[in-house]
Amino acid sequence: MSRALEIVEPAPREPCRPWPRHVLSAAQWSDLVREPVTLLAAWADPMQVLALFEDPFSETILLVSVAMDAGFYPALSPHHPGARFYERMIRDLWGHMAAGGDDGSWLDHGHWPHSKPLAIRPGPRPPTADPPEFQPVPEDTLMQWPIGPIGLGIGEAHHLRLTLDGTRIVRAESRLGYTHKGALTLMRSKSPRIAARFAARLAGDSTVAHSIAFAKATEAALAVLAPPRAVGLRGLMLRLERIATNLDDLGTIAGMVGAPEAQARCGVRQEYLRRGLADAFGHRLMMDCVVPGGVSADADANGLAALRQVLAALEDEIPQIRYLFGTGVLAARLTGLGVIAGGDAAQRCRVRLRAIDRDTGAAIDLLTDLPEGQLAVVLPLESGEGLGKAASARGDIWHWLRLDHGQIAAVFPRDPGWALWPLAEAALASSEARDAGSICASLGLPVSGMDL
Amino acid sequence: MLKPTARRTTLPPAEPAEPVDTETVALLADRLRAASQARLGHELAIRHVNTGSCNGCELEIRALTGVVYNLTRFGLHFVDSPRHADVLLVTGPLTRNLRQALEQAWDATPEPKWVVALGDCAVDGGVFKGSYAVMDGTSNAIQVDLTISGCPPSPARILSGLRALLEANSP
Ligand code: SF4
Repeated sequence: MSRALEIVEPAPREPCRPWPRHVLSAAQWSDLVREPVTLLAAWADPMQVLALFEDPFSETILLVSVAMDAGFYPALSPHHPGARFYERMIRDLWGHMAAGGDDGSWLDHGHWPHSKPLAIRPGPRPPTADPPEFQPVPEDTLMQWPIGPIGLGIGEAHHLRLTLDGTRIVRAESRLGYTHKGALTLMRSKSPRIAARFAARLAGDSTVAHSIAFAKATEAALAVLAPPRAVGLRGLMLRLERIATNLDDLGTIAGMVGAPEAQARCGVRQEYLRRGLADAFGHRLMMDCVVPGGVSADADANGLAALRQVLAALEDEIPQIRYLFGTGVLAARLTGLGVIAGGDAAQRCRVRLRAIDRDTGAAIDLLTDLPEGQLAVVLPLESGEGLGKAASARGDIWHWLRLDHGQIAAVFPRDPGWALWPLAEAALASSEARDAGSICASLGLPVSGMDL
Repeated sequence: MLKPTARRTTLPPAEPAEPVDTETVALLADRLRAASQARLGHELAIRHVNTGSCNGCELEIRALTGVVYNLTRFGLHFVDSPRHADVLLVTGPLTRNLRQALEQAWDATPEPKWVVALGDCAVDGGVFKGSYAVMDGTSNAIQVDLTISGCPPSPARILSGLRALLEANSP
């Protein structure tokens, strides 16, 4: 048995499906945090802080929680540097403080009518707005370059503070929270069916993936299964969404480095695909098509036939797009750019191209083999706790929720952005300032889903 | 690297666009006259301002700039600074955390200027209406001249709104 399992084994369990929740003492929590486990997410409810880990030795998903002790819990960030954004978010939304962790603000910029919106008793409005704080510039030979929140191009709102030594970036700090819409508060006390509309609008480029993770968490909590046809349609929609988002990302990267043909080709394929999606599912982004219990409507038979043609044409086009990414300006600009975890921007583009290849093949297979039958099951008005997962183009999405007689008592969606932004800060440091845009584009940094 | 073996497809030409909605043009032209606002001419420079969108509206705006819709052939193009813009194209429900950024963009845009609220969120907050964190749409901070509803509106719909604006501004 791995060390991590030995730590959680003696702790009492709460019934969460498909993985139980281990209710740890503060000492057990601190022990577990020191183990080489991978942090997938951290969040809270009014009484406790929860964390989701993966234990690489036993390949187990570990859901754990620790009760608040006078408003504090043992910090995660000393051993999991990526956890500092979670600690700040937990502070801003629930008011729980990480002892020994990061106590800066993240989502709360001091403009909301009250603080701690998800606490049992939200706090008063802070007396002054809280502008983002950045580390002081160490030497006066360095300069700071603020970018955003309204960035260049047609994208999401965030702020980057680059500390420059000449044209080289020595430190990159991100500040998010600008697009915080209060989604968790809006989802609370609603039925999963109604709350699904908010889950679908956490991140427009991954609306299907978020909707599936939310639906699976609900179905796990209630111990129901979506019918086979719904599962088939969900799998199809998820792959089609990933293809479209990967094409969008590749097109954006090509545009950034000045490769108009590759940008145009990705754009054309994406547009034809989205039209096919509108024909088949009634919406170009497939928003609200996946609901807890199944899918909201059946796919249009003619639309599915049209999609098959779109995918066949895309298969023909992929070698051309791959060729463009492997030669000329794209190869020259992307090779060696934004190196992180052994991979550069060129490698990240190859990963996207392979994903498009794989998903196109899988989608064509699914189209020929869709099971017949019912589209959704009725959800019982029961209580329970569940976790659900779906793979978006940007990484894994996890949703956790607790239902109380059919209504959402607490919920948290983990967007891939939580893992990507710390990587972006690392990739930007020691890069050239003029490459900042292309590096960020190559990482496909999502904002809205993480801003909640 | 080897040249691709598959036959090389050519890029499609831009698609012919639908005729412009004359009713919207007339309404916008009336508005222009009533405000005795100077006309902007045959071209419009657009600055996109994200006030908390889910990125769905941006996907559809980006589609417009591609070769299928080819926005520039109509005299519409995107610029990076509000200082160079005639039109602010605003998306998102206007989060409280972005109100100041929107107002700064508006202040920086030279007169005469137009504001387009794009997507249900920007029109009135959309599904996020009533949240503590949002201000229920662009018009609660600055004056809006044209709304384009939809969640998100399709590129064709966005294009027809922007072309109506262009038409109303043509001398
Ligand atoms: S209108 Fe819809 S697509 Fe546009 S930002 Fe709002 S939720 Fe997203």
